[in-house]
Amino acid sequence: MTAKEILSLTAVQLGKKIKDGEVTSVEAVKAVLDQIKAMEPLLNSFVTIEEEKALEQAEEVQKRIEAGELTGPLAGVPVAVKDNICIDGMKTTCSSKILWDFVPTYTATAVENLKRSGAVILGKTNMDEFAMGSTTETSAYGATRNPWNPDHVPGGSSGGSCAAVAAAECFYALGSDTGGSIRQPASFCGVTGLKPTYGTISRYGLIAYGSSLDQIGPVAKDVTDCAAVLEVLASHDEKDSTSVERKDCDFTEALRDDVKGMRIGIPADYLGEGLDLEVREAVLKAARILEEKGAILETFDLGMVEYAIPAYYVIASAEASSNLSRFDGVKYGYRAKEYDGLHGMYKKSRSQGFGPEVKRRIMLGSFVLSSGYYDAYYLKALKTKALIKKAFDEAFSKYDVILGPASPSTAPKLGESLSDPLKMYLGDIYTISVNLAGLPGLTVPCGKDSKGLPIGVQFIGDCFKEKNIIRAGFAFEQNRSYEMPQMAADAMAGKEEK
Amino acid sequence: MAHMIDDTTIEYVGILAQLELDQTEKEAAKNDMGRMLDYIDKLNELDTDGVEPMSHVFPVHNVFREDVVENGDDRENILKNAPERKDGAFKVPKTVE
Amino acid sequence: MSKQYETVIGLEVHVELATKTKIFCACSTEFGGAPNTHTCPVCTGMPGSLPVLNKQVVEYALAVGLAVNCQINQYCKFDRKNYFYPDNPQNYQISQLYLPICHDGHVEIDTPAGKKKIGIHEIHMEEDAGKLIHDEWEDCSLVDYNRSGVPLIEIVSEPDMRSGDEVIAYLEKLRLIIQYLGASDCKLQEGSMRADVNLSVREAGSSELGTRTEMKNLNSFKAIARAIEGERKRQIELIEEGKPVVQETRRWDDNKESSYAMRSKEDARDYRYFPDPDLPPVVISDEWIGNIKSRQPELRTEKMARYQEEFKLSEYDADIITGSKHMADIFEAVTAICGKAKEAANWLMVEAMRLLKEHDMDPEEMTFSAENLAKLIHLVDNGTINRTVGKEVFEKIFAENIDPEQYVEEKGLRVVNDEEELRRVIEGIVSANPQSVEDYHSGKEKAFGFLVGQTMRSMKGKADPGAVNRILKELLG
Ligand SMILES: [Mg+2]
Ligand SMILES: [Zn+2]
Repeated sequence: MTAKEILSLTAVQLGKKIKDGEVTSVEAVKAVLDQIKAMEPLLNSFVTIEEEKALEQAEEVQKRIEAGELTGPLAGVPVAVKDNICIDGMKTTCSSKILWDFVPTYTATAVENLKRSGAVILGKTNMDEFAMGSTTETSAYGATRNPWNPDHVPGGSSGGSCAAVAAAECFYALGSDTGGSIRQPASFCGVTGLKPTYGTISRYGLIAYGSSLDQIGPVAKDVTDCAAVLEVLASHDEKDSTSVERKDCDFTEALRDDVKGMRIGIPADYLGEGLDLEVREAVLKAARILEEKGAILETFDLGMVEYAIPAYYVIASAEASSNLSRFDGVKYGYRAKEYDGLHGMYKKSRSQGFGPEVKRRIMLGSFVLSSGYYDAYYLKALKTKALIKKAFDEAFSKYDVILGPASPSTAPKLGESLSDPLKMYLGDIYTISVNLAGLPGLTVPCGKDSKGLPIGVQFIGDCFKEKNIIRAGFAFEQNRSYEMPQMAADAMAGKEEK
Repeated sequence: MAHMIDDTTIEYVGILAQLELDQTEKEAAKNDMGRMLDYIDKLNELDTDGVEPMSHVFPVHNVFREDVVENGDDRENILKNAPERKDGAFKVPKTVE
Repeated sequence: MSKQYETVIGLEVHVELATKTKIFCACSTEFGGAPNTHTCPVCTGMPGSLPVLNKQVVEYALAVGLAVNCQINQYCKFDRKNYFYPDNPQNYQISQLYLPICHDGHVEIDTPAGKKKIGIHEIHMEEDAGKLIHDEWEDCSLVDYNRSGVPLIEIVSEPDMRSGDEVIAYLEKLRLIIQYLGASDCKLQEGSMRADVNLSVREAGSSELGTRTEMKNLNSFKAIARAIEGERKRQIELIEEGKPVVQETRRWDDNKESSYAMRSKEDARDYRYFPDPDLPPVVISDEWIGNIKSRQPELRTEKMARYQEEFKLSEYDADIITGSKHMADIFEAVTAICGKAKEAANWLMVEAMRLLKEHDMDPEEMTFSAENLAKLIHLVDNGTINRTVGKEVFEKIFAENIDPEQYVEEKGLRVVNDEEELRRVIEGIVSANPQSVEDYHSGKEKAFGFLVGQTMRSMKGKADPGAVNRILKELLG
């Protein structure tokens, strides 16, 4: 197979071809490494690339596949991992200066699960610093660019993972989602991203931002890949007390082109003011396609939508202010060169090590928890969260799936968002409440705007009902085929000519 | 802006968070925090009387570990990333005056 | 001092639980060990690590709570207490504020005025901090996380105590209960029991509380007593001088016998407690409580009664022996081996207590084995050695835990039962002391005692006193 043919495959397709002996894992790794070399100067999707380790792993995995030891659908397939997920011996920075040289000596359970299934790890992908941001511009290692148009952002915070998948720099990737950080960049980059029900994938080894909201999830080329990867990642982990023991983890079983009788609700409050018209059209078109396939469509009032963002910023910032206090220059990471005394060292190391957005959220989080404000802000937000959960419970008593946009607009231009943080925060309006309620959400590409930037449709399911959104997503995507950004295709074409 | 964040508050939060902001950062922080708090005040529109605050989204409870030693001496790994170390310990500026 | 003052004291007692592993990870809690050799990513606050609760911690906390008559919060949660310090690797301590496991209990103490109830406000579970070693040479501190994450319970009393004596009585009471439960060894010197003292003074008869200070770093009962006295005086002096008492944390320096304020600009004391999102709540069923209650070991009062009943000890002896769990354990073990409860009690009550006093030791610090004391009892009982030699051997057991059988053989301490040898020695004594013989014959009874003493001395105490008396009387006619 030519490199271009290999790179055009989805993860599951590649896994099958490796198993069938049509291509080897080593050939696949070489093809993506070449693609990475061609794309990285333009995109900056990766923070760390481990070329030699990847080739070594590929050789070993190939042997085990041939020996019949590895039989899973993803054996031998190269993957990229977001830089807030720890891997033993591989630099993990959260795209922050404060972890500039941090090399964990332990591995996240999610990555252990990948390794067990024969995955080959290429390296770590760029992100908003500590996953705080929606554009991947707050990275200390430079912004990632959108492969559909490098003047635009890829979204965030898993922007590196989504850009890398879109540009065929890997076959799938791990992201993390605290307020939309998988679903929003997946939608901006024209790839598929899934955030599972809270507790489905172990958080052990995921560097915490907002612990009660964080979930790891797959970013891939289509719904089939997402389901296959989720099946590998989901596990009950004794190292994570919030990990849930689930019995229904055969997610690929839901890959059926059948939505007959499926009740789909579209929140009217997701289609109102602030939503880009082109996005609205594409999303409603996606809904109509499912209706044609036999789904029952209904518009309804979800409620509570405008309260999700303020509640989220209180809860996530409060948890972050505490989670990020461990970065103090004592045990690991950056320590300021010159300082006066212990507290001087803390303050200098942290002030020099964290970027502006992280500092902003730590300050806000410290404030809302401080003496005299806890009840007014933090408790109020936790009560709001309970009401948001209740609104979803009511909706899911009527619908199997909630359908809506992933983001109010397509990817903005670089530098447009950071100047007004509050405005940037508002972009997460359709994704954030899903994290507050612990629900699963899936975004699937559903079109492009007039500038040629991708649009995503979001499917939200009830707790532990990933299969419903996988089924809806799978049925929908039968009407489209995987599309690669022109610049990624050009990189391959350039190689073919040589 | 309804919330006027003054210098004292920013200083105080800086101590809590162990962050040292320069003058420009301080001005920006005052402005950002004020705007965010104004926005968060939207929550006051909600009547939450009698609503139980929800910290964990699922009613999971009693997740325990048995009292069995499983970890051995892992000192080299634990100290591997230390910015400064001495005699098998993390070295920090003097903690008592 | 013209006015009368009353001292109002409340205590926060931290107790390290006797679990094998730490509260949130599978590292050993063993005391000592080279720095950082009992650590893992969890107890050193590595990014991405997560806590998982040790079930035994909850069980010990419940056992203590029930033993001190607490109510149990059957839905309890962990909260984070946020503050920066290098002994605290996450820069937050996982503790309990909003829903601690136990609340509203009490213990009873004995005071000169009779029994008194000391209220227990709450008991919460939390993690211990690491240790800071101050390096004088390099002007830096070194952090050892071996103690980081060792489980603690913090027992917070009501401000019910009025004197140092009451504080000591309360602490002794808590210590015994916890030791008997096996929940901790409660060693103040090693820091497995630590007390912070909250103290205020007010004019006698006033019902309002004065401003209180908190004193830390108290690692013996004596230090606690001295610190209370010192702080009481300091506060009264301030009041008499018309100066305010400042609410602050003070550190007691037992060598200087004075305290100083631990003040710092960075110490805002605003801990920003909030529920730990990494730890789901603990739900304690009635069944679980019943189970803990049914497994509750024999506590002191029951043990005292049993000793009097089963071993026929006096109330006084039973009281002293059960006054230390360790002493009671030795007593029961010795009795189980040799079947001689009275003898066992006797050695502990007389010889052990004497040596403890002489060396200024706590009963907990006795390290000899029950086997060796049982062997000693046997040696005396079957006449292999006499009681005087026995005392000497006991000192060796107490100090070095020697094997008495081996020791008696090596040192040749057996009682000499050889009639001929004894007779030969006494004949020598008699002929060497003609004056004493004459005194005896002239009716001076003291002279007989002198000759017995001389014989024993020359036999190095190994002679059977009965035989010495008999032979000497015979020879003197
Ligand atoms: Mg405490
Ligand atoms: Zn540990």
